[in-house]
Order: sequence, then structure tokens, then C-alpha cells
Amino acid sequence: MEPFRKIDEVAAPMGTPNVDTDQIIPARFLWRMRDDGWGHLLFNDLRFNDDGSEKPQFVLNRAEYRPARVLVADRNFGCGSSREHAVWSLYDYGFRAVIAPSFGDIFFNNSFQNGLLPIVQPIEVCEALRAALEQKPGAHIQVDLEAQKIIAPDGTEFDFTIDPFRKECLLAGTDEVRFTLSQADKIAAFEKTYENGMPWM
Amino acid sequence: MTIMAGPATLFEKIWGAHEIVVRPDGATLLHIDRHLVHDGSNNAFRTLQEKKLPVRRPDRTFATPDHYVSTLGRGLTAINDPNRRSMVEDLKVNAKETGVTLFDLGDKRQGIVHVVGPEQGLSQPGMIIVCGDSHTATHGAMGALAFGVGASEVAHVLATQTLWQKKPRNMRITVDGELGPGVHAKDVILAIIAKISAAGGTGHAIEYAGSAIRSLSIEGRLTICNMSIEAGARAGMVAPDDTTFEYLQGRPYAPKGADWDKALSFWRTLPTDEGAAFDREVHLDAAEIAPMVTWGTSPESASPITGNVPDPAGAGDAVRRDSMERALNYMGLEPGMALSDIKVDRVFIGSCTNSRIEDLRAAAKLANGRKTVVPSMVVPGSGLVKAQAEAEGLDAIFRRAGFEWREAGCSMCVGMNGDLVAPGERCASTSNRNFVGRQGKGARTHLVSPVMAVAAAVSGKLTDVRTLMARH
Repeated sequence: MEPFRKIDEVAAPMGTPNVDTDQIIPARFLWRMRDDGWGHLLFNDLRFNDDGSEKPQFVLNRAEYRPARVLVADRNFGCGSSREHAVWSLYDYGFRAVIAPSFGDIFFNNSFQNGLLPIVQPIEVCEALRAALEQKPGAHIQVDLEAQKIIAPDGTEFDFTIDPFRKECLLAGTDEVRFTLSQADKIAAFEKTYENGMPWM
Repeated sequence: MTIMAGPATLFEKIWGAHEIVVRPDGATLLHIDRHLVHDGSNNAFRTLQEKKLPVRRPDRTFATPDHYVSTLGRGLTAINDPNRRSMVEDLKVNAKETGVTLFDLGDKRQGIVHVVGPEQGLSQPGMIIVCGDSHTATHGAMGALAFGVGASEVAHVLATQTLWQKKPRNMRITVDGELGPGVHAKDVILAIIAKISAAGGTGHAIEYAGSAIRSLSIEGRLTICNMSIEAGARAGMVAPDDTTFEYLQGRPYAPKGADWDKALSFWRTLPTDEGAAFDREVHLDAAEIAPMVTWGTSPESASPITGNVPDPAGAGDAVRRDSMERALNYMGLEPGMALSDIKVDRVFIGSCTNSRIEDLRAAAKLANGRKTVVPSMVVPGSGLVKAQAEAEGLDAIFRRAGFEWREAGCSMCVGMNGDLVAPGERCASTSNRNFVGRQGKGARTHLVSPVMAVAAAVSGKLTDVRTLMARH
């Protein structure tokens, strides 16, 4: 996983609540493998017509927002299915951070596993950020993970909280499986006691 | 491992018993008792191969293909599409190479992973159960802590039999009283989601409690817990009781002999203690719950069948109004129209929410002697559910009524096997999601209970099942 530190990138507004993972990546594409690349399929049915042409009104089809690396979304972003392909699609398109009032729990966890930073901000902050981005298409938002700050296009700073373990892993680009396997003795000791006490488990 | 000092909840007891490492910042390494994998797990197995790691505990890992299997026939040859077929083939190869137990096509135990786990006695009280599928909360109905994970976490569990998690908050939803005639578990969970919203349970593990939940069968409890994720909660659970123990006893993977007695005395310690505190409490009166239908593109858009399509003009704020307008536009519905006036083109009975034997019995009872007026299909949740239904003659009832009787799989809930609702078509479905495009591009989904699905199938429109029961 690529480490995440600080970005200063174009941000796109998406003011729809409950954007589920079926919207982010429709189920009919899920047979593909991780390495196949997913960015071109992101938001497929919102972004493209049946003939493959772009839907001009969709936010990422507008020239100013096309290079977006930060998404400012609404309530319950990434709800629904556990498909990690939703994160892969956002990441492969180029997104590195999503700011929203709340996220689907599984999507939230999956994001950290892939170097995509989900940031929770109050509804009013998300609304203000989206309004600023709509007013000034192509404007940047800065995200500083180390300092746990986002900087709006007008320079306003907002703090965000993040689980320290997640932060550490993102900053270092940690391979979580390797990290856990470094604690193999603790796992083995636990299993021994546990399975002696509850042999049917 | 943490033993609780004061009164503790079911969730806290299970969580505490599985802690391997607790870091000062709260990140917790949890032991995983059961890992269920399906035919969408190939990326996770690939990750292990790339890292040159074995599956740490193949004895704790069980696999079955469900998402990509054909419901028209068994065997790989029934899957026409090569991409879909390769998903099922990959699972077979991966299971064989890693020593994971596989309930494959052709084995009666094959089925939807969330039907198979409880049916085989794999899902037991006190366990932590994970699966790379958001409907894993289903298994919480057995008194377990069960939640869905993504592909990276599937790979992590395969490699380590553990997961790093942050302890969620704990919510209790109490449903007291008696459910009215024609009102089933599906209506209860839709009423709950309508009340707390699709994000109401975010960051929480939910315990469903109260007399209405207690009096449900295991099948009903599985339906309730199944849709916890539709309320935003990764985990939903019901305290184990005699109903749970009776269901489990004698199942292939349930403890036997002296182990059973030991397990039973442990399981009886699991229910939430008197005086244990929850972060949030929600109450519903069972008697007030009517048969429910959804009208929008989020499961929270659910109303009693006696109601009307709501008017976006009455929505609280601009964002909500806009999203409601978009949903009604997609669904092809006008504000104010009676829900019972909505005509349907198709009916689907199945999915990990409602494909168990009790669901099929209730549906068949209503279908008996009636005729479907729109294309309708029944997809049992497992080969064993199918065999049981056939032994009881339910398949004959469904067929006589005009339903198609299919082989087990996820089928039209998500359409990954090609069982799709056509663009613009309206489907009354016993599945769990009415998202835009969920059952197929442009498909319009109305979530209902199995008996409400039959009522729609024989009337050609969303119909209050109670009006049919009165005439039966």
C-alpha cells in the first residue's frame, strides 16, 4: 500500500445521501481481478450512457472536476455491499480522500486497507465544502494526515479525528497481514488457551 | 481475553472473549472462530498466493459458491458465461489447494453462505464469524457476533485467523408485543430501518431484544439480523435461548456428547445481564407493525402497505427532497399514489434474507390454490432447503400456482449469476436491497416479505396480504 501523507488536489462535490457501493461499482463487473484496473468503471451507470458515451451532467464528466482526487460526499457514503471493488474503483480513478458526514462501516474499513482516506466531518462542513466547490469548480482541498487537518478552498481549516492505529498504518503504508504475523506467538498462545477451554469452538 | 467485571451485554461478552491484543489506542486483534467464503473470494486467495502465505486455519474456514451459480441447473456446465463460471471454478481450486472445506455444486449442502452456516450448525452462540459479504450479520441470530468484511480483511483472516477492529458502540432495539396476522420478521426489520434510517446503526453492533423477537423462530431471527447492514450496522444479534439450542442440536457441525453439555452451559451465560448499559436504546411496539413495502431506492424508504407514496415536498431539507425526487423518478412513481395501486411485472422469492424453509412454507401456504399473474420465481436458499421443501410438496404447490422452482443461490437479489430484472421492470422481491440497479440496470425493486411477494404475484400489484388471508 502507498503511504498517505499530505495532498493538495482538485476536489469534486457529490451531494447525494446513501451513495451505495452498487452505485460506485455495479455488481456485473465484480468477476474482474484487482489488477485488471477499476478506475474506468467508477460510478459506471451514473457516469456513462448505455452506448458508452458520457452523461454530461455527472460531476466527474465536467472538465474542471475530472482530475479530482478528493470527493466531498453526503450522509452514509459507501453503504451496502462489502465489495472492496468500490474502494479500488475510487482509488484507481485517482481519489485519495473522501470527506462525508458518515460512511458505510465496511466501506470505511476497506478504504484504509487500500490507502484511501475516509474523513468524517459534520454535515454543515460537508455542505459548505460542496458549496465552495460548486462555486469555484476545480478548486483544491488540502488534506494533511499527519496534522489531521483539511484546508478548504478559502483557507479555512478543519480538524478531523482518525483512529491512531489506522493513521499509523496509512502514514507508513503498512502491510497489515505482515504486521499481524509479527505477533504470531501471541496468536498461537491465545488459540491454545481458548481451544483448551472451549474444545467445541 | 477480557472477563467482564460488572453487568455486560451479549456483544461485550463475546468481544471480550476474543481479544488477543488490545493496544492503548483501542485497536484490538480479535480471534475469528469461523470464516465463511464464497465465490467472490478469489482476490483474497490471490493475495495469499502473492504473499506466499498458507491459510492459517483451514479447519475454521468453510466455502460454498452462491453468487455466480446458475439457478437453472447444477454443475459448472449450467453456467453459460465463462467469467461467471471461472469464479466458481476458482473457489473449487482455491479450496482444494488450501484444504478449506467446500460445499460445492452437486453437494446438497451447497447454498447461500448465510443459509448454509446456521443450517450446518457452523454458526454457534458466542462465536465471532466473518465472511466477505455484508449480510454476514445474519449469523448473529444464533447468538454470535458476525460481520461482513472486504477482500483485504478476508485475506487477513485467511492468513492469520484474526482481525484488527475497533470496538463498535452497542445498540439495543427492543420489539415488544405480538405481531399481527400477516406480519412477519421481514416487516419488523423494514419497520426498524424505516424508523432509525439506513445509517441509524452505523458504528454499532445491534442486539435485537423484546418479546416479539424472543417469540420468533430461528429463521425469523436470521431474517432480522440479515438486514442489520441495511440500517448501517455491521453486526446484529439475538441472545441465544432454548429456541437457538433446539435448532442447533444434532446439526452436523454442532457440538456432540460431553462437548454439547459444556457448550450449552457456556451458551447460557451469554445473554445480556440485567442492568448492562447500551449506548443507544430503541423501542418498537410489535402490534403497530403492518406488512411493509419499500417505495424508494434505499431500504429506509419503507412504509406500511396501507400507506401512500410520500411527497418530496414534505421532506425536511433540500438534500432529502432532491434524493426523494430522484428515487421516485427512478422508481416511476407519483407522490400520493396508494402503495397498493403499484403494479408489478415480476416477483422474486429468495436471497439470504428470505429463502429458508419457513419462508417457503409461509409463501406456499398462501400460494396454494392461487395463480400468479406475473412471472414469478422461487429460489431456495440451499440444496437442503430445496430437498426439504420438495419432501413437503411445496415445490408442487408453487409450480401449480405458476411459480418457477429453481436451484439454490443468491440469484435475482444481486443478479451476478444472470438472473436479472429487465430495465424499467418492477419487481416485488424478498431480498434485502432496493438500490438503483441492484437487480439489474434500470430495475425497480420493492422489498417485501415472502407472503407479501405471493400476494403481489397473484394480484399483479403490491397487495396487503391480510386482504387475501381474510378471503382464504
